[in-house]
Amino acid sequence: MLDLAAVGGKYAAFVWPAYGVSAVVFAWMIIDTLARGRRARREVERLEAATRTPPRP
Amino acid sequence: MIASLANPHRFMAFSRWAAPVLGALATALIGVGLWLGLAAPPDYQQGETVRIMFVHVPAAWTAMLAYACLGGASFFSLVFRHALADAAAKAAAPLGAAFTFAALVTGSLWGKPMWGTWWAWGDSRLVSVLVLFLLFIGYMALRASIDDEAKAARAGEILALVGLINLPIIKFSVDWWNTLHQGESIFRAGGPTLATVYLVPLAITGAGYSVAFGALWLARTRAEIWRRRALSLALQAAL
Repeated sequence: MLDLAAVGGKYAAFVWPAYGVSAVVFAWMIIDTLARGRRARREVERLEAATRTPPRP
Repeated sequence: MIASLANPHRFMAFSRWAAPVLGALATALIGVGLWLGLAAPPDYQQGETVRIMFVHVPAAWTAMLAYACLGGASFFSLVFRHALADAAAKAAAPLGAAFTFAALVTGSLWGKPMWGTWWAWGDSRLVSVLVLFLLFIGYMALRASIDDEAKAARAGEILALVGLINLPIIKFSVDWWNTLHQGESIFRAGGPTLATVYLVPLAITGAGYSVAFGALWLARTRAEIWRRRALSLALQAAL
């Protein structure tokens, strides 16, 4: 069984930050990518709805 | 396959399901790879720091893959003037920069306990990977600095193609020059010299990182296509 508390040993101060940085980089890539897609898609939907709506007299 | 996906409508239909499927596959591969890597015994020379290899090396491989994709997409955009290729090139750059940043930081975290230094300016592998990071940043900065999107794309494509020369320099830097960085131990004539207990988790994690890049690249290219569609609609509305 993997004992995560023992991973790194005397080098834990280097090993865990390396995993932490990797996790933060992945989190940024995922969040930023999804947010950009959502933002752009909503903008398209808003503009399409605006062009469909007939102007009020 | 690639010719078929060059059609933006087909690309959007394909990437709609392919991005989450690849994302799930990448999560599984990275999870299994890291689990096996963390469960592997400490190396007889590097001790516990060998575990940094399972996040450092895949990040470095994927950074180079991302630049190859940026260069390839830039070539197709420059030669065939294909808008989807330009969107793909633009989408690859921030991902490549992120993977390169991860490779540099995790490498530095490995270097301090093993080499006694965070960084060595005289090391050709380290400096050539830093140049890769600056190429990604430079590509994004160049595109952002030009208002005309077509001109920004052309300038970015030329920079990306010129920067391709850095990929073989990174790969062979450990053979061509004296370096602190260890020599090639995986993609070498005669087969890998890395012990199987490390090679298997590294290969699985490396595949996971590459698939993750694929998923994020598809999703980011989709986002860029949506952004361009929004820009086009806004221009039509303004006329």
